[in-house]
Amino acid sequence: MRVLGRFNAEGEGFVPPSAQDFILPPITESIPWLTKPVLLAFLSVIIISVFFIISSRKAAVVPSKMQFAGEGVYGFIRDGLAKDVIGPEFMRFVPYLFTLFTFVLVNNVFAIVPLLQFSAMSRVGFPYALAIITYLVYHFVGMKRQGIGRYLKGIAFMPGVPKAIYILLTPIEIATFFIVRPFTLGLRLFANMFAGHLLILVFVLGGEHLMQGVIGLKIVSPFAFAMGIALTFFEFMVQCLQAYIFTLLTALYVAGSLVDEH
Amino acid sequence: MTGSLNVIGYGAAAIGPAIATGMIFAAYISGVARQPESRSVLQPIAFLGFALAEALALFGLVLAFVL
Repeated sequence: MRVLGRFNAEGEGFVPPSAQDFILPPITESIPWLTKPVLLAFLSVIIISVFFIISSRKAAVVPSKMQFAGEGVYGFIRDGLAKDVIGPEFMRFVPYLFTLFTFVLVNNVFAIVPLLQFSAMSRVGFPYALAIITYLVYHFVGMKRQGIGRYLKGIAFMPGVPKAIYILLTPIEIATFFIVRPFTLGLRLFANMFAGHLLILVFVLGGEHLMQGVIGLKIVSPFAFAMGIALTFFEFMVQCLQAYIFTLLTALYVAGSLVDEH
Repeated sequence: MTGSLNVIGYGAAAIGPAIATGMIFAAYISGVARQPESRSVLQPIAFLGFALAEALALFGLVLAFVL
């Protein structure tokens, strides 16, 4: 645990939270890869599995509370997202989208759960692993549906555009499909979780530091803590939104690969 | 006074995406207000636009830390 107060080397002045706060030491020295984010990712898998196994085991026509909650999440992804975005063959992609949504959501919400208070998604490796899977899925689907040649031609030479425009459009389209999309997909989730955690750290650690100041500063510090609490609720909204957006964008990319004309 | 000029630059860079996000949701709200049944059609489009505009702000955030 961190020692109370954040002072610089001379013992005065506030040290603002930085990217260093995200680099956590391994839990035991003997297993260097076993850090808190890794543990949280495993924990999220266990929580999700147990919850959905229990909620679907005794499925009945008149649902229990657990079943209702589980089916609510499933219905939201299947009908509210996959069906609307992907179209008639959405059912093939529902398992992936559903897994993606629940995994991202639970890991995001870990950032505000007391005692855990860290999101695996605020370490860049986790969102990028998910982004790479999505990248492979939508390219694979497109190549399988249209054939590799036609798929690449559809990306590079968008039909229905005057010939001269291709000089501009082809590099942009290729960059969009192969570089910008996976890059922004992972970065968006990572940066939101990173910035959210940093924001709460600023207010909570700042409030703690103010507590150790003169009496005038002590009076201000509860306001910093109150702001930290308010931002925690704001962060909850952002976490749900980002899980939704990650899944929505995956569905949109898959839908884009399925249609013949881009 | 010490600090990083990057952060000031990031503040300036965030103005664009902030305006863009406001305009996207303004258009979404007025669209739904005019035709409430179009909500389900407009919602993914609005959030997609929001996500794209927000990505620009996040590039700035990352660059503010990296550079």
